[in-house]
Amino acid sequence: MIKKFDKKDEESGKSNIKYMLTHYRCSILLLTAYFRGRNDDGCFAKEECLQATALLLTKDMTGKEDVYRGPAIRALCRITDTTMLQAIERYMKQAIVDKVPSVSSSALVSSLHMVKMSFDVVKRWVNEAQEAASSDNVMVQYHALGLLYHLRKNDRLAVTKMLNKFTKSGLKSPFAYCMMIRIASKLLEETEGGHDSPLFDFIESCLRNKHEMVVYEAASAIVHMPKCTARELAPAVSVLQLFCSSPKAALRYAAVRTLNKVAMKHPSAVTACNLDLENLITDSNRSIATLAITTLLKTGSESSVDRLMKQISSFVSEISDEFKVVVVQAISALCQKYPRKHSVMMNFLSNMLRDDGGFEYKRAIVDCIISIIEENPESKETGLAHLCEFIEDCEHTVLATKILHMLGKEGPRTPTPSKYIRFIFNRVVLESEAVRAAAVSALAKFGAQNDDLLPSVLVLMQRCMMDSDDEVRDRATFYMNVLQQKQKALNAAYIFNGLSVSVLGLEKSLHQYTLEPSEKPFDMKTVPLATAPITEQKTEITPMATSKLPEKLAPSRQDIYQEQLAAIPEFQGLGPLFKSSEPVQLTEAETEYVVRCIKHTFANHMIFQFDCTNTLNDQLLQRVLVQMEPSESYEVLHYVPAPSLPYSQPSSCYSLVRLPEDDPTAVSCTFSCTMKYLVRDCDPNTGEPDDDGYNDEYVLEDLEVTVADHIQKVLKPNFGAAWEEIGDEFEKEETFALATVRTLDEAVNNIISFLGMQPCERSDKVPENKNSHVLFLAALQVQHMEKFGHLSMTRFPSLKRMPVHMSQNSASVGWVYGPNTSLIL
Amino acid sequence: MTAQSCPRQHCATTMDSAALEPSLYTVKAVFILDNDGNRLLSKYYDPELYPSMKEQKNFEKNVFNKTHKADHEIAFLEGMTIVYKSSIDLFFYVVGSAQENELMLMAVLNCLFESLSQMLRKNVEKRTLLDNMDGVFLVVDEIIDGGVILESDPQQVIEKVNYRADDNPLSEQSVAQHITEKLARTSNVLQSAKEQIKWSILK
Repeated sequence: MIKKFDKKDEESGKSNIKYMLTHYRCSILLLTAYFRGRNDDGCFAKEECLQATALLLTKDMTGKEDVYRGPAIRALCRITDTTMLQAIERYMKQAIVDKVPSVSSSALVSSLHMVKMSFDVVKRWVNEAQEAASSDNVMVQYHALGLLYHLRKNDRLAVTKMLNKFTKSGLKSPFAYCMMIRIASKLLEETEGGHDSPLFDFIESCLRNKHEMVVYEAASAIVHMPKCTARELAPAVSVLQLFCSSPKAALRYAAVRTLNKVAMKHPSAVTACNLDLENLITDSNRSIATLAITTLLKTGSESSVDRLMKQISSFVSEISDEFKVVVVQAISALCQKYPRKHSVMMNFLSNMLRDDGGFEYKRAIVDCIISIIEENPESKETGLAHLCEFIEDCEHTVLATKILHMLGKEGPRTPTPSKYIRFIFNRVVLESEAVRAAAVSALAKFGAQNDDLLPSVLVLMQRCMMDSDDEVRDRATFYMNVLQQKQKALNAAYIFNGLSVSVLGLEKSLHQYTLEPSEKPFDMKTVPLATAPITEQKTEITPMATSKLPEKLAPSRQDIYQEQLAAIPEFQGLGPLFKSSEPVQLTEAETEYVVRCIKHTFANHMIFQFDCTNTLNDQLLQRVLVQMEPSESYEVLHYVPAPSLPYSQPSSCYSLVRLPEDDPTAVSCTFSCTMKYLVRDCDPNTGEPDDDGYNDEYVLEDLEVTVADHIQKVLKPNFGAAWEEIGDEFEKEETFALATVRTLDEAVNNIISFLGMQPCERSDKVPENKNSHVLFLAALQVQHMEKFGHLSMTRFPSLKRMPVHMSQNSASVGWVYGPNTSLIL
Repeated sequence: MTAQSCPRQHCATTMDSAALEPSLYTVKAVFILDNDGNRLLSKYYDPELYPSMKEQKNFEKNVFNKTHKADHEIAFLEGMTIVYKSSIDLFFYVVGSAQENELMLMAVLNCLFESLSQMLRKNVEKRTLLDNMDGVFLVVDEIIDGGVILESDPQQVIEKVNYRADDNPLSEQSVAQHITEKLARTSNVLQSAKEQIKWSILK
């Protein structure tokens, strides 16, 4: 393994020896690395190796042979630990400013590696790094910039200064430019800087850099900026357009990938590139072709869809899963845009479903099919058939249960529900516990909905009751008993529409109940309701990132409020929190004090939470409270002031209000609000307040309490069943004219936002070209009453079927109530 | 390939995410495979990415299967951007994160290829590469250090490595001889170092 130096013959002997020596060092290094890696708790050879290596390396580091110095520094730093770091500090400082670029670069990069180990020591080398940044060598510039940024990244001001300096001095390295663009866009994002910021100007100027790498980095940075308008995008899009015809595959790929991203938010901005993208759909690199096609699908017209789909199906089997997901997402978006194309899409998707692919890919397809089914009733049967076929051979439990749930929901309402039973029961026979349990639930829904299927379903249930798994058996027994009662109301409550309470709240309430044993049975009505309806979230176009695993059940916003309010002694004994509203701004955006209010509704009370922020740095506010004057017979019981409100540290004060007892219909009320507080002037720099203060007040905007505050949305997946459950005892019909409304859409949206109820069965979507529509709304309404001195809350389900009719320029809405007659509009 | 063989499912597959944190750590991995997909050289710079040899080999196999048929320069697999290049019976790969600037990765790949091509006197094939493996390692180390691009100019790399491929590779016997010799002397150095070292030299 002798390797010769590229030197003259007479020297070759000598240099060979030298060469051998370096190789011994390498061997030692290897040994060292080996021991370090294998035996960190102190192998006897480790110390020796380290010492020997360090000795030799330190000699090399400072030696005359420049070629060895860089590698020696890198190797030494690799084996250095915190205790040795102090010892080599002097060498490192010298090396960073060494005039030989390779030495300086090595020292800088090694320092960067060591930042993780010992930030404080490396931080002391910042002056040397600063000096290195002005080196002529491009790589040294780049490495110095990287190190400086890492040392300063927590100090936004220092980073801004550094960036200013380097943008002016004009670095030569394209790598350094890319780094600066990233730093600049991060700063812009953090400071929410507008597009008139010099940072944005810098990034834009990089679009004219002579290095493609820098141009691309800048274009990509602009595209990724949140809140970028089409006009600001235009220059970035046009350089990407140029890149589309580059002979370099990597550049074409980079360009089309970025354009694809633009097309998601601003399809019109990319239309100019359609011609260039057309040229790429036959690109031999399938990744590029796929991205080009999916971009075109987003920007192109309905007429080109068939052609593009044909093109893509010719090679879909060749591309990787990641790109298949991209394709599916493009299809999903397309189906929302052109609902009429769903049959082409459904065909394509079912073929894709049959291909091999990973979980993410399959999930994307299933999600897409489900959303098509929900959007287009006429595609329901084909879609369900494809899904049925898929679960026959599906290895992913999550997907199988999801599909079974879907079948249970949609299957019973198809013309021939019996054909799905076979698919579902097959799962009971063949699959894992989770899938079997889901299958049992789905079966129960068929039995509950279709009387003629009931006997068969009962037989199958009987079979499931002998399952080996507890959960499956429990479910089967439960459903069996419910179904045997043959009562619509029971079916609706226990089979079609599940619990609508918050899971965390339920857990807490049950725990509480076990802690305080009581004669009374546990009351479900004491459990807070689930705030966000569990399904119906993905109505908008899903963005590219779909791979987030189901997150852990996070406490909802309302659970957090419940906790916070329960901690305040004055608010004990109000019962469970019924609803928390969205924050309402009570001040203009740019005023001295910013106040917003969140309304918390309880059985007989409301708590108004005022989140206040003091934007004056020369004032300290104390004992802040918001005084409220109600317009109706609401009674303000108590104020909980915020003890102190220093500059820019938000704090909350509360008001407790009792709802009018005698008149439960007086739900709406207007409060005039005034903030009262004690001002203590203080030094803006130190924040030290004066000893004396004075009282002052500040008038806020009026606060409205509306019908919606007393209503909590609930989702009834099967509205019809819920309607039946209530019976017609409370039914009442009224007709209202909506004079100012011009379209059905507008009418529907207004009604929903005014009533604050949950639209069910996707009835908030009005089909095109119709002049009447039935809207299904569901909610729980809190009834305020006091019984026997005990606080109790009664929740009335409130359901509405609202036929909305359009006639010439005006809409009329009639509705049929659920049981709740107290709601006044 | 099925889902089971994809070890990084949980964090892979997304092609989109928040903007890139400014950092010098650009390269996640570099590897050279032969035309059967066997590993000749590989370096992983991100300890969280495929920490075990098994996962690494699995990833390499995956990448090879998707890329060896056509020379397309760039691919996106398991949530990673991969740029690649082939020469006779060799495949060179540079791996970066999904958001990485593809052209930066290309710069690394080109530099690696050019440097090796110069060092191996344009014989970029498995045989010569194996014969000069130590030089190849030096080249890789001069281009990337712990994931940071150290140098992107092949000329500079060659100068720093200071290595020339030998025209007459040594016979097996002499290699063995040299190894024994080398090991003997290595232990000598260790021995003498142990005796001599005054830790204070470092101070």
